Amino acid sequence: MKIRFQLNMKPVETDVPSRTTLADCLRHRLGYTGTHVGCEHGVCGACTVIVDGDAVRSCLMLAVQADGASVTTVEGLTPDEGLSALQASFRRHHALQCGFCTPGMLTTAHALLTDEPNADRERIRHVLSGNLCRCTGYIDIVEAVYDARESYAREDKNRS
Amino acid sequence: MKLPEFEYLAPSTAAEVVQLLASYGGSAKILAGGQTLLPTMAFRLAQPAALIDLRKLDSLRHISIEASGVVLGARARWRDIEDSRVLRAAHPLLVEAVSHVAHYQVRNRGTVGGSLAHADPAAEMPCIAATCEAELRLLSPRGERRLAAKDFFLGSLLTALADDEMILDVRLPAWPGPRRWAFTEFSRRPGDFALAGVALYFDLDAEGRARNVHIGVIGACYYPQRLTGAERIFEGQAPTPGTASRVADAASRAAEPLNDQHASAAYRKALVGTLVERAIATAAARS
Repeated sequence: MKIRFQLNMKPVETDVPSRTTLADCLRHRLGYTGTHVGCEHGVCGACTVIVDGDAVRSCLMLAVQADGASVTTVEGLTPDEGLSALQASFRRHHALQCGFCTPGMLTTAHALLTDEPNADRERIRHVLSGNLCRCTGYIDIVEAVYDARESYAREDKNRS
Repeated sequence: MKLPEFEYLAPSTAAEVVQLLASYGGSAKILAGGQTLLPTMAFRLAQPAALIDLRKLDSLRHISIEASGVVLGARARWRDIEDSRVLRAAHPLLVEAVSHVAHYQVRNRGTVGGSLAHADPAAEMPCIAATCEAELRLLSPRGERRLAAKDFFLGSLLTALADDEMILDVRLPAWPGPRRWAFTEFSRRPGDFALAGVALYFDLDAEGRARNVHIGVIGACYYPQRLTGAERIFEGQAPTPGTASRVADAASRAAEPLNDQHASAAYRKALVGTLVERAIATAAARS
């Protein structure tokens, strides 16, 4: 089936069998391999992308369901040069080791802080409970997200 | 685990949905949030010939608060319930129960209708529907019908939905402001399926006695149901620790839990008692 959607603010068009997940469409059809695929059944959160503003598991969504939507992957969160404030915070706090879960952590945290720039540590932990990391023990990830709140609060102020 | 092949259809009216269901004669499935259906297909536990996506049916997304109660469209998501300020006053038990559903990303896609139709024995929404005497509005090519939740849930993953029938919405009866309520569940990790859960509410009369007692249980039964024996013991009693203990014993005895790899039946029975006791204490402490 032919589908069109906005990917990281740019229009894309592709042709996929109906059974293709959004994750596989992004990686295999469109070459956006920043989105990682871990469990493929909605448990690990590595494949999290942002669809129309909401963090969703791209292995639990069909590519055809994204027709007409706006999709943001970890590539879309990354500035042309350097790192975003959230990414820099991950680096500063050593919030990753192997890095497999990191794209999902970044997309999830970005969606959270965009909606809730005042999220406290408990809320951050609660939200990230849907993303598995087997290296870090989460503490540094929570701190990295918490520390990045300021940049989102600033954006929030600029918008309103 | 890639999905098996299927036809994908995205009609724009409910009438077309049920016509398509009928034309596939039971081999098509409705796709709403897909948060259960897609992994089920990935595991090959379901291999429908066609998926009929509801994504163009915006009329099923409503959450409305009417004199007769709260109406949730089949496509209302957990996130929509969580974000609704009015629902917190209009149906606090629903909001609390839904806060236990799955994780952040799943909550952005998962729907009320999908959960009701799937009828997982540990799911929160079916528990609220059964406990609160909800009414479901269903559509098939033969027309609309309304069904009480107690007649809708028939067994584990089994409902009264016909092959060519879909859920339009669910209505929870109006909720009086001073009502006492609690939702308690126990799971190994937040967001996981509960080993057991309890929804409970009652109204206090002028003498401080519990009236209109409703106690529903999940995870420790094949389908969400009320524990009417335990409700009768509570009815007309003050919600004291002594009453809570007696009601909890009756609830524990009445529960018919499943024995599975997550917990033994005996453990779940004990858990139901503990959860009921805690729920009564929480509800009694509200003012």
